[in-house]
Amino acid sequence: MKDTLLEIKNVKAEVDGKEILKGLNLTIKRGEIHAIMGPNGSGKSTLCNVIMGNPHYKVTNGEILFEGEDIVKLKVNERAKKGIFLSFQSPEEIPGITVDNFIRTSLSAVTNKNMPMLQFAKSMKEKMDMLDMKPEYRTRYLNVGFSGGEKKKSEILQMAMLNPKLVMLDEIDSGLDIDALRVVAETVRKLKTDDMSILIITHYNRILDYLEPDVISVLANGRIVKEGDKNLAKELEKTGYESILDEVMS
Amino acid sequence: MKKTIVNDIDFSRYNIKNEVRYSYKTEKGLSKKIVEEISERKNEPKWMRDFRLKSLEIYESKPMPTWGVDLSELDINSIVAYLSPDTKMKNSWDEVPEDIRNTFEKLGIPEAEKKALSGVGAQYDSEVVYHSIKDNLAKQGVIFEDMDTALKKYPDIIKEHFMTKNVTPNDHKFAALHGAIWSGGTFVYVPENVKVEVPLQAYFRMNAPGTGQFEHTLIIADRGSEVRFIEGCSAPQYAVSNLHAGCVELFVKEGARLIYSTIENWSKNTYNLNTKRALVDKDGVIEWISGSFGSHKTMLYPCSVLRGKGAKSEYTGVTFAAKGQHLDTGSKMIHLAPYTSSKVLSKSISKDGGITNYRGLLKIGPNAEGAKASVQCEGLMIDEISRSDTMPIIEVLNDNVDIGHEAKVGRISDEQIFYLMTRGLSEDEARSMIVRGFVEPVAKSLPLEYAVELNRLIKLELEGTIG
Repeated sequence: MKDTLLEIKNVKAEVDGKEILKGLNLTIKRGEIHAIMGPNGSGKSTLCNVIMGNPHYKVTNGEILFEGEDIVKLKVNERAKKGIFLSFQSPEEIPGITVDNFIRTSLSAVTNKNMPMLQFAKSMKEKMDMLDMKPEYRTRYLNVGFSGGEKKKSEILQMAMLNPKLVMLDEIDSGLDIDALRVVAETVRKLKTDDMSILIITHYNRILDYLEPDVISVLANGRIVKEGDKNLAKELEKTGYESILDEVMS
Repeated sequence: MKKTIVNDIDFSRYNIKNEVRYSYKTEKGLSKKIVEEISERKNEPKWMRDFRLKSLEIYESKPMPTWGVDLSELDINSIVAYLSPDTKMKNSWDEVPEDIRNTFEKLGIPEAEKKALSGVGAQYDSEVVYHSIKDNLAKQGVIFEDMDTALKKYPDIIKEHFMTKNVTPNDHKFAALHGAIWSGGTFVYVPENVKVEVPLQAYFRMNAPGTGQFEHTLIIADRGSEVRFIEGCSAPQYAVSNLHAGCVELFVKEGARLIYSTIENWSKNTYNLNTKRALVDKDGVIEWISGSFGSHKTMLYPCSVLRGKGAKSEYTGVTFAAKGQHLDTGSKMIHLAPYTSSKVLSKSISKDGGITNYRGLLKIGPNAEGAKASVQCEGLMIDEISRSDTMPIIEVLNDNVDIGHEAKVGRISDEQIFYLMTRGLSEDEARSMIVRGFVEPVAKSLPLEYAVELNRLIKLELEGTIG
């Protein structure tokens, strides 16, 4: 039996005084691919931000155990160093800082050591080839003038280089055309090791065709209301969220 | 929001205070008598004495500027206009009095001279204490003198150019003040087609409290010549105000190229009210590089008058204002001839309640057919209490021109900090990275040999927390 990587216990969280997560429970096992689906406004992105520790989101109740340790009080960068990674829907632009410089800085911050230059270059090339990214990306300023697809690839490149234990993909499929989606999803699959868990936040099924989840959870109104295997996605596609919600509520 | 500490500049190296030993100083304040004393002491020709007195009259007739920074606390009557250190000018560092030599050594000047400079002038309070130029340049006819010596050795050139057709005492109150009590500074003449490969440097140091420094810089780059000039400025921190009102007049003749770079790091009790202007002839090029880090209040707008066909100007500036500082800086580009071009890139950063303002003028005259100009000015505020503004003014009197313009002021956002922190950076490191990225276009454009001090200051100020 695989051990537990992340365990969220009865977490309540609010943004600007408004409660979004209302007693959420969730367990993610080591190596598991776990998809969270749910209607707009159900709290999916809030969940990612809360796990990552965005100070804008306030946890008012519950525990978030990562490898058994409660991380609720840890700063964002401390969580990153523990191996938690969030791929952003629309990552910020950082003018004047190249992708290369950024990833090097980030890598040494997370691992606490400097990767030798040649090894770094080799590793970058390998991952960029997988993502079908041209070498020029290394010298571009981070996310500045990137298309939607380029931003997503840049996020996955960072994930690939940082090799975290928990990857949260927040709507990685939004704004990607079908070819780019396949490249991104396949790369994530190739990069995934037995020790890496992936939390996918999505509205759509398509990415789940490439990244077959072990578990699908449905998030509605700030709680996980249903859990199932990958067939749950098909069911949702047919019936929509309404029927599930009705079923849960009844 | 949590406050982030971005280190202040380590001022220890700039904050050396020597005992004030002087051979002569004027009374505080300004009067006809004081101006006459200065002129007499310098043994100047009558025309210069008359010029000073005329400038004083103009100074007295002009009101204090009511725009820019607040000057209401600047009391000219408490400033000593002229203070001559207790030494004569030397051509060897060994002969410069020890405390003064030590100061310049700590500032790295003699070492830079050995390694990377063609000539050095070092001014201490009102007088130049050291001056030297490499023999090979002197043999090619390059003149590099302190201004007072130049007035004696080259009276005709000085009389023709000194505040007559470039900056004049009528331009504004502080130009008039400068005309009345200027002292020291540098004169450079580069003959036709001579290319001075290694830069010349002048370093201006105020040591005594409550004094003014009014050095005059006059550079003539004759046809087809090339020269690079570095100006460095600093002073120790005192409780009383110091005043710096220098004047820089540059003449860039046909096809000549002059790079003028300044790294100003006055102490934070200094009023820096400086006037700089270049007159650029056909196909001439002036490049300004301007780093403003210190001072209490600064008003500085280097001006390029592009009066010959195809003349060019570039201005690259970094301004950094911390607590108690208000730096009003910018660039004036005046296009008077066809096919002239100008480019402005200005970046300003404010933190801990500091205020920066970009104030610029781009003027395209009716004859500047085919002129090209671009202005890019950006301000970044590191925290909630700092301020930054841009006021780029553009006046165009010719239809056939190509103008690009971008002005932006921004504050570091919480979202940016969060994003960088998710990648393992601490909040301080995240802020430093954003600021480093912000000044990157400027850092990249700096020639290496000029960049030494500027880069060091940026690094100290911005990356101090990363180490």
